[in-house]
Amino acid sequence: MFQITIDDTDEQYACSETKHVLAGMQQLGKKGIPVGCRSGGCGVCKVRVLEGEYASKKMSRDHVTAEEEAEGVVLACRIFPQSDIRLSVIGKLNKAVNR
Amino acid sequence: MAMTGILRPGHVQLKVLDMEESLKHYCEDMGLLETDRDDQGRVYLKCWDEQDKFSVVLEPSDRSGMDHMAFKVATEQDLLRFESNVKNFGIETTRVAAGELNGCGERVRFTAPAGHTFELYAEKEQVGNGISTTNPAPWRRDLKGMEVIRFDHCLLYGDNFDENVKFFKEALEFQLTEQIVDGDLQIAAFLTCSTKAHDIAFIRSEESGKLHHASFLLGSWEEVLKAADIISMEDIPHEAGPTRHGLTRGKTIYFFDPSGNRNEVFAEDSYVYPDSPVLTWHADNVGQAIFYHSRQLVDSFMGVTS
Ligand code: FES
Ligand SMILES: [Fe+2]
Repeated sequence: MFQITIDDTDEQYACSETKHVLAGMQQLGKKGIPVGCRSGGCGVCKVRVLEGEYASKKMSRDHVTAEEEAEGVVLACRIFPQSDIRLSVIGKLNKAVNR
Repeated sequence: MAMTGILRPGHVQLKVLDMEESLKHYCEDMGLLETDRDDQGRVYLKCWDEQDKFSVVLEPSDRSGMDHMAFKVATEQDLLRFESNVKNFGIETTRVAAGELNGCGERVRFTAPAGHTFELYAEKEQVGNGISTTNPAPWRRDLKGMEVIRFDHCLLYGDNFDENVKFFKEALEFQLTEQIVDGDLQIAAFLTCSTKAHDIAFIRSEESGKLHHASFLLGSWEEVLKAADIISMEDIPHEAGPTRHGLTRGKTIYFFDPSGNRNEVFAEDSYVYPDSPVLTWHADNVGQAIFYHSRQLVDSFMGVTS
């Protein structure tokens, strides 16, 4: 198990290397990273990894460019921790109904 | 024959990040059947009770979302008529050659005001539903997972909302069945080309050309509960339901495919005739309009698209 720290709120939770960073947060009822599709397609869980190692799965290029991915801007639902991780939140949910 | 012109949603082409994971989801878990593949790596699927060769095309991509949605028209004359309707509305059309999608005739392609690509076609190879046309059995015994019956509709988010609804009503001859209004402003429009509660629906948005969900029909509430069990058994990202919609009365559950495209499976919704009144939900009842029991919006349901 690795410790994930959300820099913005100082929220911490444990996440195993078999779970993506968003699933780890959700499973423990923790909050801080917006939760959407949990499959790399909607972009709401976008984060910047400040410290730590991870393995990643493919993420939609509509939300993360190759350059961003290279500098640690990723989708939390597509990264699997390989060390403790500190990250800050970039993504946000659109407001409910557009008026 | 009462049903003419545009008959039904014929297929949706979805962009997927990983084909193997997507096929597991759509075929093993939802129960669609693979019918073909092509040299672009696209995989063709159908729901069991559909007669046509495919209703879902999975396209390998580095992004998620909907490539296009296509409607089947009754005749070649209808194809010409709607092509000129679209042009007269001021929207450019192009033609896609027969066979560009395996087994599909020539398609008329255009971008509607809300930013989505749509196509119309008159011909598609029919492969049948696997049941004899004489003394037909009521169902097939070789199905998997949720056993979805047909591709039913898409709900899309887009801008130029009023123009888009006008386009569907005037150029494509759809009928408005239900709506959500906030004062004078229409924020959701459910539209049909048939007698279904909707064949397509739109939500007013600042973003252009987004997919909210692609939806598939089930036979009963019991089957919606079975779908919910499969969603948990297979660890599929779940969002809302089983519950009932106020809009359309459908009994429903929402989840995501492995590329983050939202799916719905539902049963037992309402129907319309050409002379049915439009049903209106007011914005102060939007929670009930969408989730009839909890009467509360779900943040991700309103804010997440692909
Ligand atoms: S939750 Fe949709 S991309 Fe992560
Ligand atoms: Fe739907």
